[in-house]
Amino acid sequence: MALPKRIIKETERLIADPAPGISAVPHEDNLRYFDVKIDGPSGSPFEGGQFSLELFLPEEYPMSPPKVRFLTKIYHPNIDKLGRICLDILKDKWSPALQIRTVLLSIQALLSAPNPDDPLATDVAKHYKQDERDAQRVSKEWTEKYAK
Amino acid sequence: MSDSYDDDEYMEEEEEDLFEDEVMSDDDAAMDNEEGDYPVIPDKDKPKSYDVESKSLSVDDVQKDMRSQVEYVVSVFGLEPDTARMLLRDYGWNRERMTEQYMEDPSKVLIKAGIEPDATSPRSPIRSTSSQPPKESSFSFRRSTRKNPVPDPVTESKFMCPICCDDEPPSTLALACNHRFCSDCWSQYLEGKVRDEGECVVRCMKDGCSLLVPDSFIKEHSSAKTYDRFEELVLRHYVSHIAHLKFCPAPGCTDTVSCTAAATKSALDTVVPSVSCAHGHKFCFGCSIDADHRPVLCKVAKLWVKKCQDDSETANWIKTNTKECSKCQSTIEKNGGCNHMTCKKCKHEFCWVCMGPWSDHGTQWYSCNRYDDKAAIEARDAQSKSRISLERYLHYYNRWANHEQSAKLSAELYVKTEKKMEEMQLTTDLTWIEVQFAKKAVEEVLRCRATLKWTYAMAYYLDKSNEKELFEDNQRDLEKAVEDLSELLESPIEAETIPELRANMTNKTVYVQKRNEIMLEDTAQGFREGRWTWNVDLP
Ligand SMILES: [Zn+2]
Ligand SMILES: [Zn+2]
Ligand SMILES: [Zn+2]
Ligand SMILES: [Zn+2]
Repeated sequence: MALPKRIIKETERLIADPAPGISAVPHEDNLRYFDVKIDGPSGSPFEGGQFSLELFLPEEYPMSPPKVRFLTKIYHPNIDKLGRICLDILKDKWSPALQIRTVLLSIQALLSAPNPDDPLATDVAKHYKQDERDAQRVSKEWTEKYAK
Repeated sequence: MSDSYDDDEYMEEEEEDLFEDEVMSDDDAAMDNEEGDYPVIPDKDKPKSYDVESKSLSVDDVQKDMRSQVEYVVSVFGLEPDTARMLLRDYGWNRERMTEQYMEDPSKVLIKAGIEPDATSPRSPIRSTSSQPPKESSFSFRRSTRKNPVPDPVTESKFMCPICCDDEPPSTLALACNHRFCSDCWSQYLEGKVRDEGECVVRCMKDGCSLLVPDSFIKEHSSAKTYDRFEELVLRHYVSHIAHLKFCPAPGCTDTVSCTAAATKSALDTVVPSVSCAHGHKFCFGCSIDADHRPVLCKVAKLWVKKCQDDSETANWIKTNTKECSKCQSTIEKNGGCNHMTCKKCKHEFCWVCMGPWSDHGTQWYSCNRYDDKAAIEARDAQSKSRISLERYLHYYNRWANHEQSAKLSAELYVKTEKKMEEMQLTTDLTWIEVQFAKKAVEEVLRCRATLKWTYAMAYYLDKSNEKELFEDNQRDLEKAVEDLSELLESPIEAETIPELRANMTNKTVYVQKRNEIMLEDTAQGFREGRWTWNVDLP
């Protein structure tokens, strides 16, 4: 099946005009599958790390949201062991007017501002709520260990 | 009294006979000498005092109900029906709260619901949505802040749909917020939201825009099938928010049951709302534990079921389908509803529930329903407390599960009974209608086993008192009657004893029915009087 115009346009722009600290490159044999790299935002415990993600555009895209998952291990209350992300715009708050770029920017923002009140990894969230500094220390350690 | 019963029987038989003309004369002749000989099994569908009042509504009835709510809001505020319906949905169909807050600040209420305030002015109170092309709809081409229509951007400059990136879409649409997309994307979006996601609250496609897609827009810009589904979802939304309405849970059934007597949580402290829809599907209006768990309250039934799940390991141990004959130890499988077992090998007769010899059970002392407190006191000396409480639980569980299992074997009992009924018609001159007594007996046994089952859950939680003893007396009487009738159903048929069997079975059925009514009536009255006390704190 031919690739929808919308996906072609988005891909072109992602490559020609990438968002700072974010790269998304489609696979040659599957243009709906993207290798994504996000730099850890400065000032966050993820600073200095580079995180790999996979992004897949389902058949129904953009009526359905893209499927995104972290491949790099990360200590974050909204990201679980399997790399799944708890982010409203990837679920019920999805709008077909949102794009790959906006999704990736939202994920980058989530790294800067974890939300332990809406946790996916409950033990990490608990750690963040009880002792934020110590939790950040672990996040930093994991960044050193896995994201470099 | 007996006269009216006879009338009932006469009517019923005549009605059924309309389908079998040639039988009629025979039957008529038999009528006279029949009347005195056999008691009549009263009509089971007559409402009883322990039945909760309810009404079955069709889709049309509910729609009418819903429309009257909408019409009320329309007539009070002069809103368009569409807007009124969207507002009521936003308020979970709480009309009082909606009207109150709307009177205070209409635009605040509208904006909160995602409705453009300007678009709702009652300039054209009856706006026919289907006769007008979408371009003329009152807000599609209007900016929210301006009264003058904004020219269609397609004609002004090149427009690219931000969703599909088509730069020459054949037509475009925008809601009052003027977020414009191509018509194809709109209809795809609506299909997805309504058909795939089952949403009846659909917002503008633009991220961050909370404007509600008006019902008329959905009607105009999606397929008839999608709009039908949308209307269905709105109806479901309505029913799920009205406390005295519930959808029939039977698969494929579209009926709704209205039950005001069970509409509040506190009502469930005194009634067990067993209801049925117009198609005869029975269900509990208060919970989904069992279609009819009378006499026990929803929350007690829930407590019991949870306990059984928590203790499922011990329960599994006890729930086995086979037991050993207490005399010769050969394995016996239960294959009918009756508790009176006879070992195939040694012919030892015993009770399935307590394994004691059946000869102890046949007389007035039927000790199988009651946990023997005296025995418990004696046992307490020798055994630990937890062991006792486990035994106490197992006593009730065993009996509860036994009746449940018997009910599960009901299909088998029906088939067996039907075979017997055919046999009776072949070997005697009894007509089809005259052998129905056996089927009625089966139905009654099953109904009463359902009651008995839940009486054990109730007895488990009842505080030790005189009231409980009376409750267990009723329980014992019912159980004895049910086992008697059940046994009769399993007995072999001989042509010469059929008239006797018929009289006997009919008598026993009537008696069982009466015992069941006494059981249910007494517990229901007890709830109303607050007579029952519990050995646990009920939530
Ligand atoms: Zn489009
Ligand atoms: Zn909008
Ligand atoms: Zn039904
Ligand atoms: Zn219930």
